[in-house]
Amino acid sequence: MTDPADLTIPEAGAALRRRELTAVELLDAVLQRAAVTEAHLHAYLTIDRSGALDAAELADATLASGATPLGPLHGIPVALKDNLCTRGVETTCSSQILAGYEPPYDATVVQRLREAGAVVVGKTNLDEFAMGSSTENSAYGVTRNPWDPERVPGGSSGGSAAAVAAGSALGALGTDTGGSVRQPAALCGVVGMKPTYGLASRYGLIAFASSLDQVGPFARTVAGAVTLLEAIAGWDPKDATSIPHDVPDFSGSLDAGVAGLTIGVVEELSSDAIEPEVRAQIGAMLDRLADRGAEIVPVSIPLVDMGLSVYYLIAPAECSANLARFDGVRYGLRVDGETTEEMMANTRGEGFGAEVIRRVLLGTYALSAGYYDAFYGQAQRVRTLMRQAFTAAYDEVDVLVSATSPTTAFRIGEKTADPLTMYYSDVCSIPSNLVGDPAISLPLGLDEAGLPTAIQVMAPALGEERLFQVAAEIERLAGFTARARLATSVVTAPGASV
Amino acid sequence: MPIDIDIAKVAKLARIALDDDELAGYQEQCTLILEHAERVQSVDTEGVPPTAHAFPMVNSFRDDVVEASLDRTEVLAMAPDTEEGYFRVPAILGDDGEAST
Repeated sequence: MTDPADLTIPEAGAALRRRELTAVELLDAVLQRAAVTEAHLHAYLTIDRSGALDAAELADATLASGATPLGPLHGIPVALKDNLCTRGVETTCSSQILAGYEPPYDATVVQRLREAGAVVVGKTNLDEFAMGSSTENSAYGVTRNPWDPERVPGGSSGGSAAAVAAGSALGALGTDTGGSVRQPAALCGVVGMKPTYGLASRYGLIAFASSLDQVGPFARTVAGAVTLLEAIAGWDPKDATSIPHDVPDFSGSLDAGVAGLTIGVVEELSSDAIEPEVRAQIGAMLDRLADRGAEIVPVSIPLVDMGLSVYYLIAPAECSANLARFDGVRYGLRVDGETTEEMMANTRGEGFGAEVIRRVLLGTYALSAGYYDAFYGQAQRVRTLMRQAFTAAYDEVDVLVSATSPTTAFRIGEKTADPLTMYYSDVCSIPSNLVGDPAISLPLGLDEAGLPTAIQVMAPALGEERLFQVAAEIERLAGFTARARLATSVVTAPGASV
Repeated sequence: MPIDIDIAKVAKLARIALDDDELAGYQEQCTLILEHAERVQSVDTEGVPPTAHAFPMVNSFRDDVVEASLDRTEVLAMAPDTEEGYFRVPAILGDDGEAST
């Protein structure tokens, strides 16, 4: 029998409803997997055994009593990125400045997952305050890639991506400010999705860049990501930027295919800067989509080349304002000083890591008198033009595609010396955040080194249904069933059941 | 526009205590990043309004009813220092009665 930790969300949900598997057994399988893989991966910062067991027992008791399932995620073990507030469970953003912080409330998306019956396994590692593309910027150590522990899982939601790839969770939530769900999903061979800005509540997501941040799901299949998104999406009176819009049924179109659709290939994201093998696999997939009746057309959006520059003005500016709240007064670390100002400066100097300090300084400068209009103001105006360019593109095509990441998983330490090289990892994913549109990454295959390759599909705002329709067809065509080396070696190793 | 960052002033504005070596390192890195980001100035944006949010929404109202707020004891339990139901910080006024900031 398949190890329950290797089931997809729909498979596990069906097994639970048929009473072939209990939620406690499923949780146990996931925890056993974590017990083996965590020594190699460090995907989790906190595993909440007792909380998870309580939730799994409740799920089992509900089914045993003959009551209706709690919801679409009844009994499904999920992991949460550690920048999502969980009541009474330590939430650190992978920063020293929040060490020991136990939020007095659940983020809205966490509350909705619980209401849908999910079993929260624990909190996953990230680049500090979600600033990074490799999960190397964590104050609590790096997370490793389940396909090759010498390589990064991507970031900033690297812990969530690694957990789903390794089987120490069936699904997970991450957050995506410039690609922080999609890029690690690509590097770990799983599905990762960023919803339309405002579709999912940000209440209880510890803010990095408020106009770009969005919570998104990880799963091993498109259908699993859809189930997670349906659970977390929807208007929240506690988030003034959440869209007052009924959440449609995203799963209705998964079997519809691509016949008659027009798929645009973003030329600016198909250049030599994308690894040849990634480009070749995307090209082969486009041919197969054409065979299925889609029209494939090149689309040029020259402003995409400005994406990184716009992002590295807007995101640091917003982060410098958002992170002002970490000052040693209300929560987390305090480093003493003679005066309050000195205490705050000492606390922030010691509590923040280098990447966070770099971005807070950048943002403070970009917002300061005399520079505001040239940097932040101009970036916001270019952002307007970029939105107009994408809107115009969607007059001609149904969805856009590109690589998710210019490279497959890179080596730990390979890009840490030069911030700009690291920032380039997000060149394909950043535009969707700037324009607020939904986008998804899904695995295509493996490269010669045995590392996952990925494709990104982008759709216009609130075009999730179309996005998932195309993604589901790509998933069927790709037939990606390979599992991460770490997950399979654990399963097959003698005496691996601990 | 030439990039000339007074990094010590920026660090003071950002309330981050850094030593001279750290300041020099951040000055160099921030300059490199801004020199790259400065490319946005080559785009003609005459008459283009800024986008602060991808979905501009105004006047998001809720009903004006009293709801439970967070429990004060739980909130204060997370603070580094408290006194009689308040957050406690070092002196804000100096010995001379002048604000220290």
